[in-house]
Amino acid sequence: MAQPSERRAGWSWWYLLLVIQFILLLWVPSYNKLEPSWAGIPFFYWYQMLWVIISAVLTAIVYFATED
Amino acid sequence: MADVNWTALIIFVLLFAFITWLGFAAAKWRAGDLDQLHEWGLGGRRFGTLITWFLIGGDVYTAYTFIAVPALAFGAGAIAFFAVPYAILIYPILFLVFPRLWHVCHKHKYITAGDFVRGRYGNRWLALAVTVTGIVAVMPYIALQLVGLQVVIGAMGVSGTGYAGDLPLVIAFIILAAFTYSSGLRAPASIAIVKDILIYTTAFVAVITIPIQMGGFGKIFAAVPPAKVLLAVPGANTTGSYGVYATLVLGSALALFLYPHSITGILSASSGRAVRRNAALLPGYTFMLGLLALMGLFAIATGVGTLPEYAAGFKQFGNSFAVPALFLHSFPSWFVGIAFAAVGIGALVPAAIMSIAAANLYTRNIHREFINKNPTDKQEAQMAKWVSLIVKLGALVFIIFVPTQYAIQLQLLGGIWIIQTVPSVMLGVFTRWFNDWALLVGWAVGTCVGTAMAVSVNFAAAYPLAFSGYTLPGYTAFYTVILNLVLAIVLTPVFNAMGGKQVDATVAADYHA
Repeated sequence: MAQPSERRAGWSWWYLLLVIQFILLLWVPSYNKLEPSWAGIPFFYWYQMLWVIISAVLTAIVYFATED
Repeated sequence: MADVNWTALIIFVLLFAFITWLGFAAAKWRAGDLDQLHEWGLGGRRFGTLITWFLIGGDVYTAYTFIAVPALAFGAGAIAFFAVPYAILIYPILFLVFPRLWHVCHKHKYITAGDFVRGRYGNRWLALAVTVTGIVAVMPYIALQLVGLQVVIGAMGVSGTGYAGDLPLVIAFIILAAFTYSSGLRAPASIAIVKDILIYTTAFVAVITIPIQMGGFGKIFAAVPPAKVLLAVPGANTTGSYGVYATLVLGSALALFLYPHSITGILSASSGRAVRRNAALLPGYTFMLGLLALMGLFAIATGVGTLPEYAAGFKQFGNSFAVPALFLHSFPSWFVGIAFAAVGIGALVPAAIMSIAAANLYTRNIHREFINKNPTDKQEAQMAKWVSLIVKLGALVFIIFVPTQYAIQLQLLGGIWIIQTVPSVMLGVFTRWFNDWALLVGWAVGTCVGTAMAVSVNFAAAYPLAFSGYTLPGYTAFYTVILNLVLAIVLTPVFNAMGGKQVDATVAADYHA
């Protein structure tokens, strides 16, 4: 039979850090704009590229925080 | 097309010769007994963090991606950039879900998602559904890798009339088939290192030199029509392009690691920790993917689409010719050779892993389950080697004889099909709550409805879901997996009440270190 406690096993509050990027990146109207541009690159492009780096850092933080 | 670009071609051929040697030599790398399926088909589960990085990177960021994402940007503009948030959100999913799958598969010596579902739910028909979905979804993907190869070969001026024109593709295919057969997963793992170095070099050189030639990013974006720079703002009573963008991102991200080639890459890692580390390290490739998406806009700005010397290429390959034309326009011939070799080798790595993954699935979950229940290790490995050949041959025949458009449509359907395994595989690593027959019904309905929706909109990715005056255009795969999940939840108590014994070969402790 299913074990109700199974899902909880290994849960960490640090995982909530990984949720941030889902909310911000799926909220498309928040970044579908030209300004502020950076080095001639519209906001839409550099903002999403910046999130590549932020998300990698967040995942690394969660990795080290939950390392057994 | 114009004359053959000899400098580029010679460099291309030399790099191909090098990776051919590497592919065969790979059999001796961390040598194992290649007469065992987990040695041939998972590299003996011996790849550490670094090799896993190259392997999954080589697997997920394919030649088709490098051609198709900029081609979409070239044709449709900003919507193509969905590939970036998509390739960001795949990693939290990889981090949270797939180390659990790695652990349970390692513990029980599972090689495929089908093996896992068979053990978790004890239902051979649900396992068959997951297996067939995987094989059918990955086949058009292999075919599209060959399209990537076709485009760069054509761009170097190698062309012929009739079937002679397909000769270079056939040669590349024979090389691919031979080293995959003899070395198994070790071949793409070693070649992926070369591929990634070449691709990275190309992307960085392109993103630095082309804007300098063009006089800066400001001038490039000014030369792109404003309608292509941003997403169209939705009108009244619709979520418009915003909804399409967000559902494409989330739907594609949920589907990606369920593809058989992704799971093969994950399961070949030497530890769950190597998988988790890679969730933080793999975004390095996403950055490069973003740079390549920008190339589509660069191609608009340089105006290669209107230059007479590239007209024949665009006529033959459509927007897929955007990046090759941009490279031909902006780089000296010798660097074009390197860039095209990067794309060409970038086709062979995922094509090899995909054919291995399909072979593992057929061998384990169809042949062993339904035809020969007690094969020896050697028979099992031999069967997989043959299947990997048949799968690739099928892809080659498809590309030579069937219009590319069908492969693209099938690949789109593949995304709709593979996402239907989210409840049984992705949620299955967390809970055994679902009834296996409820999962099977959800899968069947999701697959059928999704296919019908895609056909009804003539294979556009987005379906305009309408209710009471509101239109919510969104990615078909995303809508249908919700339908699938709702059915699985509602039907689980119903099927449970009808009785039947719930079996599970795994226990909670199998899912973590």
